Amino acid sequence: MIGLRYIEDVVTLAYDREKCVGCGACGEVCPHGVFRAERGSKAELLDRGGCMECGACAVNCPSGAITVKAGVGCAQAILASWVSRVPFLKKTVNPDSCEC
Amino acid sequence: MELPPEAAGERAGVRAWPFVTGWLRTQAGLVPKVRAAWGRGDHLGALAVRLGIGRDKYRLAPGLYALGEPTRSCPVIVTANYKLTFDTLRRELAGRSCWILVVETYGINVWCAAGKRSFSTDEVAARVKAAHLDKVVTHRTLILPQLAMPGVAAFNLRKLCGFKAVVGPVRAADLPAFLDAGMKADAAMRRVTFSLAERLTVAFVEIRANRLLTLNVAVAALILAAVGPGGFTFGGTLAAAAGAFGVYLLGFTAGCMGVPALLPHLPFRPFAAKGLTLGAAVGFLAACGLARSLPEGLAVVLACTAWASWFAMHYTGSSTFTSLSGVDREMRRYIPVQGGLLLAAILTWLISSWMGGAS
Repeated sequence: MIGLRYIEDVVTLAYDREKCVGCGACGEVCPHGVFRAERGSKAELLDRGGCMECGACAVNCPSGAITVKAGVGCAQAILASWVSRVPFLKKTVNPDSCEC
Repeated sequence: MELPPEAAGERAGVRAWPFVTGWLRTQAGLVPKVRAAWGRGDHLGALAVRLGIGRDKYRLAPGLYALGEPTRSCPVIVTANYKLTFDTLRRELAGRSCWILVVETYGINVWCAAGKRSFSTDEVAARVKAAHLDKVVTHRTLILPQLAMPGVAAFNLRKLCGFKAVVGPVRAADLPAFLDAGMKADAAMRRVTFSLAERLTVAFVEIRANRLLTLNVAVAALILAAVGPGGFTFGGTLAAAAGAFGVYLLGFTAGCMGVPALLPHLPFRPFAAKGLTLGAAVGFLAACGLARSLPEGLAVVLACTAWASWFAMHYTGSSTFTSLSGVDREMRRYIPVQGGLLLAAILTWLISSWMGGAS
């Protein structure tokens, strides 16, 4: 993924090291190596800017140490969600849909 | 190799998929046996959905499938019911025996389904129970695709269905190595990639996805050409509209194909800004070669830049590393820019034709 990095200063990922129970799940599920985590020791947040907010780490954190405003980074889906809030246009789109 | 229809399970009104080679008797009933190799229909189907044809209906029924000759101790691999996903999985597992548990994701791939929470903890647990998996296998382990994890809480799965989740690799192609290593993934198996081939493979769906917009642009180009740039003749109007439509196609190609191809090499992080850059460059070259006047050339550059930025921005959904917060911000910032550029292009085109006509 060299050269493929996205806008970093808007990432909503937050990690509370105090709450970490060291299960290692976040390191296992993250597709971008944002966390380094091994069973038995507290996870380290290595690359917050590499986070794409998929939410896998937060969903799989049993102690609630990780929070993120998760969603799909897809312009088509965001556009559909905007249009679905407009009174007369909302019937024309599925708020969750980009057909994928 | 093709079995007679009855052996593959055909009965009145119901026909088995061509990849079903027979039925395996288990303690939970009959399970369809599937082959690893792709047939002609699988290749054609894959090509069609890459072009966006029939993609929303390319699904198979959820439930348990058997690959090879699985025994009660063989691994269970969970996947989505998008047929291209299922086909890729069975192809990559050629020569092996395992159980494939397909969950209902409404024909959507693993990652998008997990992002929209149809590939969920509850769905996996429900399919485990519906298939009576506890009667089919003696172990209590499921291998989940890593990209399903935005929707599946592994620590909850055991409570819900008695099976524990092991996080498999990102790519089906790494499954053989993952299984041979005793269900251990190395660091590379855990990371998504976005190579040139991967970037272009997912780009072609945009052609069909934008067919309505393309038609509207063609009609708008004709109307605008008729009110001035066409010189108020039929032939002139057609030629001017074709020129404007050509600029749209150029911007479309730059945004949908050029930006994905050059993604790591274009400046700026927002995709819309990458599109602005490439669109301006391509538009400038086209204007130098084809424009007959300065205003016309300016209109070409402005319109090409606007369209390329718009289509590049929409490629965020096909990429593997853009975040919701980031795409939301770039859309709020760049849609006004794109709209302004297109409006400026149209006004330049119209006004210069009116001025030229008066002189």
